[in-house]
Amino acid sequence: MRYALCALRVGVLMDYLYFPGCTLYTKAKNFDQTARNCSLLLGFELKELPNWTCCGATFPLATDNIMALLPPSRILAKARGEGTILTTLCAICFNVIKRTNRLIQNDGEKREKINNFIEMNYQGDLRVLHYLEILKQEIGFSKIKERVKKPLAGLKAAAYYGCMLLRPFDEMGFDDKERPTLFEEFLEAMGAESVDFPYKIECCGSFQSVGSPEVATECSYKILDSAIKNGAEIVVSTCPMCTFNIDHKQSDIKEKYLGFKPIPVLYFTQLLGMAMGLDYQTLGFEQNFVDPLPLLKEKGFI
Amino acid sequence: MKNNGRFIKRAMVVGGGIAGISASIDIGNAGYEVILVEKLPSIGGRMLQLSETFPTLDCAQCTLTPKTVETGQHPHIKLLTYSEVDGVEGKAGDFTVRVRRKAAYVDWEKCTGCGLCQEKCPSKNPSEFDRGMGPGKAIYTLSPQAVPNKPVINPSTCRYFLEKKCRVCEKVCPVGAIDYEQQDRFVEEKVGAIIAAVGFDLMPKETFGEYGYGVIPDVIDGLAFERLNSASGPTTGEIRRPSDGKIPKEVVFIQCTGSRDPERYMPYCSRVCCMYTGKHARLYKHKVHDGQVYIFYMDIRSTGKGYEEFIQQGMEEEGILYLRGRVSRIFRDDGKIVVWGVDTLTGKKVEVSADMVVLATAIIPQVETKGLAQKLGINTDEYGFFTEAERKLRPVETNIEGIYIAGCAQGPKDIADAVAHANASASKVQGLFARH
Amino acid sequence: MGLMMKIELTRFKVHNEFTKKVELISGQNLFACYQCGNCTAGCPVAFAMEVGPHEVIRFTLLGLEEEALGVNTFWLCASCLQCTSRCPKGIDIARVMDALRSVVLRKKERKDHIQIPEFPEGFLERLPQIAFVSGFRKFLS
Repeated sequence: MRYALCALRVGVLMDYLYFPGCTLYTKAKNFDQTARNCSLLLGFELKELPNWTCCGATFPLATDNIMALLPPSRILAKARGEGTILTTLCAICFNVIKRTNRLIQNDGEKREKINNFIEMNYQGDLRVLHYLEILKQEIGFSKIKERVKKPLAGLKAAAYYGCMLLRPFDEMGFDDKERPTLFEEFLEAMGAESVDFPYKIECCGSFQSVGSPEVATECSYKILDSAIKNGAEIVVSTCPMCTFNIDHKQSDIKEKYLGFKPIPVLYFTQLLGMAMGLDYQTLGFEQNFVDPLPLLKEKGFI
Repeated sequence: MKNNGRFIKRAMVVGGGIAGISASIDIGNAGYEVILVEKLPSIGGRMLQLSETFPTLDCAQCTLTPKTVETGQHPHIKLLTYSEVDGVEGKAGDFTVRVRRKAAYVDWEKCTGCGLCQEKCPSKNPSEFDRGMGPGKAIYTLSPQAVPNKPVINPSTCRYFLEKKCRVCEKVCPVGAIDYEQQDRFVEEKVGAIIAAVGFDLMPKETFGEYGYGVIPDVIDGLAFERLNSASGPTTGEIRRPSDGKIPKEVVFIQCTGSRDPERYMPYCSRVCCMYTGKHARLYKHKVHDGQVYIFYMDIRSTGKGYEEFIQQGMEEEGILYLRGRVSRIFRDDGKIVVWGVDTLTGKKVEVSADMVVLATAIIPQVETKGLAQKLGINTDEYGFFTEAERKLRPVETNIEGIYIAGCAQGPKDIADAVAHANASASKVQGLFARH
Repeated sequence: MGLMMKIELTRFKVHNEFTKKVELISGQNLFACYQCGNCTAGCPVAFAMEVGPHEVIRFTLLGLEEEALGVNTFWLCASCLQCTSRCPKGIDIARVMDALRSVVLRKKERKDHIQIPEFPEGFLERLPQIAFVSGFRKFLS
């Protein structure tokens, strides 16, 4: 699908059907806004799926729970009515929608039941792509590198993958689940120095911040501690759930670990926006818990 | 290819490891001529890489060398080393085998085995024999007691072949045996029976993503540990870790790496790892008295004579800590290797900051096994091991009359079983010859 | 918790309703588990669990419903799928944890694991809705 590159040459914007998800409308508006702005600079537009609903935020692991498959199925069916590709930014939405898609492709009985209930006829032929996959496969990181106006030279950035992008590997197919490198490649394309750290694929605790918040605090602490120990100055995330745990919960971490030094956490599109020359005041830093401005000013990016 | 109905009573043994050697000696002693084909420059196979063998902890070289010497000097055994089987035609009693004699770039007729070339070679490349550790010369013999004691040049690491420089070996050789122009050549051998005993390989540590994809230098496999423990190895027998040469004090051994793992790797049990890991742990403790060993295991399979006692002795006398559980992940952290395992007997997660980790990786067939099977017309199983004619009652025969199998090429086994297997295949050959 | 040192096994105890229900909801064959503990070894939240996931599977297999449901193990599971991705026998352990949750949450009497009225001040405002949607699905009847 080289349309995107043709579009850039011709000056026509290619659009990608886009599912934001509930949190990107509110607590993670900065993630959504920066993604939209960056895509325009890269020659494509995020066309929001009309009348979308929440994806459910977890893929139902109980095999008899068909109810929980209905919201993502509706999203897939609606999207298929509008186009052939659906993209999303939130890693959890990506996971739920993609896994539901696989299930619909492989399980004829469930597919029929679901289609009967939602009164649509979806056959599993939508392509679900994460925004980073679009950047890599459709645009190409080299193209992004060309478009970088403010290379993030000297910024030691740790890419935090989390779980939902990577697992289960045979369904997600995003990157190697033990040693992924896509996100680091992306950071390097923007001129940053990517920091590899062992906890980049370990869980932040996810929804345990509702059930057992101290456990989520501990998981988040371990991730940040590992990143910092390996030299990270900033952590880059692709999930509003992870961001809540490793950014907003830094106040909880500080209560438990008194010597903990806060480290800014940015969505990857905020970093991309900055690298591509967007005004930093449009990057939504006010929604980030740990203020990234001191670090970014110190590095000379602002 | 008529032979006037004459049944050729010569045997070919493919593979010069302990199984191939044992079979060759048996057939040779029975009075028949044997051609022993071996892909490496000298015979001895995997045992050459070992330091001490279980359960007796005998020096592997001391047990092996008398056998290799006997083979080398045997009146009825013709050695074709640094050679591979290129093609096979015919049937029992009348096989024609084309053998490729690889270019050694050294004239073995002239070479006296003085070893000067090896000594003076400036090349330093990690050698496969030493599992990627140790200097490794471009012109080499596998050991000081190699049979035959003639070196070969590895063109992929030799400075002359790569850059047209050096030629030091040619200069120092007192008999002018170096010949860079040598080519592969082919010979044909007519034999009545063939024994395929091409041995095993280990699943490479690069396979295991959760264990670092082979990138962590101090995470090594079992054969690499053998090399560390060997007096002829890269550290002259001192247990030193590859990254910085320090003596490790916290050593983790992981059994079942890639074995008994139907979902991700091999479903079968590799049979020998429990014993050799226990052996490695004991050998390590003999040399590093203040070190601690942790062995993560699922079961302990110690079925041979003296094996169970050997393992228990290791626990009782050396204080080796056996932890029943797998290891989920290994990663590097600040000079240490963090091991995330579990002790299912107490139910607790266990974390060890190890100095060195030894993986007992799965036993797999040599990569050439499948190709050889096709040339011979015999079957291999889904993992690539030779298939025996009947699983219980005909362990050394194949679906083709006159072609037999021996040793680990048929499936993982220890030295004693490999020798028994080889003796059995040799006796089948003798039986075949006796019937004609 | 009522753990007993001795249990009496019969074929009815082994193939009991509880075990069968968990196997049905999770779609997993618990007999395949050879107790290697890899799941527990790699679990990011197991440090806070009373017993590891492999033990809870063992309780379930042996029909020890009280022991299996009495631990905090499956409540702490974050469904990160690390266990599932590394199980050498291909068991989807995360599904088994969710099935155990379902067994409790689907009981006739309401048995929420979290109590919304007990949330601290400002909790509902502070957390993103993604946390609540997934959290309520996992913890509420």
